[in-house]
Amino acid sequence: METVSFPGRFESLPKVGKFVAKAAKKAGLNDKAIYAVQLAVDEACANIIDHAYGGEGKGEMECTVIPGNEGLTVILRDRGRPFNPQHIPDPQLNVPLEMIKPRGVGVYLMRKMMDEVRYEYSPEGGNILILFKRKKS
Amino acid sequence: MEVTTTEFKRCDVVKASGRVDSSTAPRLEEALNSIVEAGRYKIVFDMSEVNFMSSKGWWVLIDAQKKCKRYKRGEVVLVNVQENIRESLDLVGMGTYFKMFNDITAAVGSF
Repeated sequence: METVSFPGRFESLPKVGKFVAKAAKKAGLNDKAIYAVQLAVDEACANIIDHAYGGEGKGEMECTVIPGNEGLTVILRDRGRPFNPQHIPDPQLNVPLEMIKPRGVGVYLMRKMMDEVRYEYSPEGGNILILFKRKKS
Repeated sequence: MEVTTTEFKRCDVVKASGRVDSSTAPRLEEALNSIVEAGRYKIVFDMSEVNFMSSKGWWVLIDAQKKCKRYKRGEVVLVNVQENIRESLDLVGMGTYFKMFNDITAAVGSF
């Protein structure tokens, strides 16, 4: 288990990506699963900056990685306002180009990319997002 | 991420490399917008060296596609989309909004 705190800025995203990719590799995930973890975590962190903090430079994003026998767990914590991705409805997909809207795609993708997504909020601790990606046997 | 634009007679080729995420997508947006603002709507986006693209990057492409396809004046086509990116694009059904090619000559020739 390892925890690193990153500034809540978009320029932190590649660093967070590298950090989780390294842990995913250590957990024995294949290349496709490593990409999935990176993408899900990137979307989650972009949402922390955009929605929980409401902009860049407002607080930290704490990332914990727990490589295990079954796969990789990633825990993201922030001190922003409550943002529960489970309350975001699925986007409308397969609609004509003119009608497609950005809302909810990042969250949808995060759910699809991971095997488990759990969310907790505590007034003292802020948002906690727990993501799990299973190792293919 | 690096972005370069090359103007050809038939179309413009935009090539990016590295990561397209919330931090770098605005630079891609700028490159695409400057082509559209110059009244050119046929764009080939070469993704052979793009190894990561988040939903923010796709929105930039979708937005450019909407502008280019308006009045049937052109479109954005993609070349050499790496497998991981393509799979995530298909997962959210966005793959259907773009023609994809495996080589740049075919992409340019499609216009």
